Amino acid sequence: MKALCWQGVNEVAVERVPDPQLVNDQDVIVKVNRTVTCGSDLHLLAGYIPFMQAGDVLGHEFVGEVVEVGPQVRHHAVGDRVVVSSFVSCGRCWYCAQGLYSCCDNGNTNPAITELAWGYPSGGCYGYSHALGGFAGSHAEYIRVPFADVGAFRIPDGVSDERALFASDSAPTGWMGADLGGVGPGDVVAVWGAGAVGQMAARAAMLLGAERVIVIDRFGYRLEMTERHIGAETLNYERTDIDAELRERTGGRGPDVCIEAVGMEAHGTGPQYLYDQVKHWTRLETDRPTAVREAIMCCRKGGTVVVLGVFLGFVDKFPLGAVMNKGLTLRSAQQHGQRYIPMLLERMERGELTTEHLATHVMPLDQGPRGYQIFQKKLDGCVRAVFLP
Amino acid sequence: MFRSILARYFVRGATFRKVVLGAVARVATGAVVAAAVAAGAAAARRFSGRRSGVWAIGPGREPRRRWHTVTVYCPQDRVAPGGRLPEPLARLGDAIEVRTRPAPGGRGTELAVRPREAGAPARMAAKAHDGRAVRAALREAKQLLETGEVLRPDRPPTSRSTLLNRPVRVAVRHGREEGRL
Repeated sequence: MKALCWQGVNEVAVERVPDPQLVNDQDVIVKVNRTVTCGSDLHLLAGYIPFMQAGDVLGHEFVGEVVEVGPQVRHHAVGDRVVVSSFVSCGRCWYCAQGLYSCCDNGNTNPAITELAWGYPSGGCYGYSHALGGFAGSHAEYIRVPFADVGAFRIPDGVSDERALFASDSAPTGWMGADLGGVGPGDVVAVWGAGAVGQMAARAAMLLGAERVIVIDRFGYRLEMTERHIGAETLNYERTDIDAELRERTGGRGPDVCIEAVGMEAHGTGPQYLYDQVKHWTRLETDRPTAVREAIMCCRKGGTVVVLGVFLGFVDKFPLGAVMNKGLTLRSAQQHGQRYIPMLLERMERGELTTEHLATHVMPLDQGPRGYQIFQKKLDGCVRAVFLP
Repeated sequence: MFRSILARYFVRGATFRKVVLGAVARVATGAVVAAAVAAGAAAARRFSGRRSGVWAIGPGREPRRRWHTVTVYCPQDRVAPGGRLPEPLARLGDAIEVRTRPAPGGRGTELAVRPREAGAPARMAAKAHDGRAVRAALREAKQLLETGEVLRPDRPPTSRSTLLNRPVRVAVRHGREEGRL
């Protein structure tokens, strides 16, 4: 089959790879209808996550049709139109029972790697390096889905593939940001990052009753899209002093909940950004936490900061003093998709959550390398590139 | 030629130095980090005596054998019904000691294993004393008890072996056997 594979640092190509097979009894094989790039893929692309091998299939956010079913699968049949959570979770360990699906004990075939890096192993993720299980990704004609009864969800007839696609990762990640932040009526919520996850976090905060939602980015076209499709206020950090502006807009208190949806390759302004760039480039720090720092500093006393962006290891100049002395709650997770996807599909069906606008570039899988190029470089107003295998 | 190199790395308009050195640095750093993880794990095992299942627990203290322990999210009577261990642990036979006890707060059952000091056939004992076999067996036993199967990697794989990814391939080959468990 055709698949878009990682070849080396900043190098991807469409190549022929073996078709996936049912390996475990609880697997299904899904024919991929749509698969989309994610900002976190860029960390793999750029070589910041050093557990990729040439030939690894990228992609973790997709919809498709079940074409083969393992003997122990109970809830799916050939022909089901499904959206699949990007994280592989068993649904039966203690973590899954608590709804902490991305912390699953049984979803990663290489637990030793993340156990050594982070103390305990994380769950697995499609197309996201051998540290997260080495599962082939979704930028392919077919994909194997382990624990399919837990991770694959039938798409309601009233929801199109175009909309359901983002229920795989962006929408549940964004929703989780608002959920972990405990957003409720009367809250002012600030979101760093106006990509797909940031927009979904903003929309989730609004649906959960936030009084004001303010989204921060540096790309005018993304901010404009956020205003038009999400209805949130926006700020451009290259043109505005974010701390002063948020202070002014919140009566001097600061936002109640600050959601970071940027990740390890954050951009910024001023000498601190230069400092981070140098340290990151020379690998004296593994991640650039520019947006996290700002979120912590801007958050009101006793507020909550939620980190949704992907981070790998160690950061520098982390404002722990602000966290401690302001009494902040710091929360984070890889997405617990299985916890939110059924609810999100219902909201999509009712029209409360729309996502089609995020797919700014739709193209055949054969054009995947070009898709990643424009996505990585933010060319041509790109928010997400969607591939049709 | 430079133009084609630049195109390969997607970075239109960047300087050759930035692109090529950046890419080399990233690949090299990646390989170094992966190698460091593998080497660090091996060194940690060696210096802590973990390979033999014996741990020094503090300066001046006698080393003692640690239990490798997982918590299985099921009742104690399902972990070893009638004294029968899950197959991955049963394979290690008399070379290991096993104990179970309820985990607090309804978290299931703590399942602990350590190599037996004496009494097992030499080959089996050597296998158990190499903590890798115990860790892999424990992880597989937990998965069998909780999910009914052991999750396997994709087959056939799509990855290719290269000189640069050898450390990653080594890490993957031992992905269930190593770690802090």
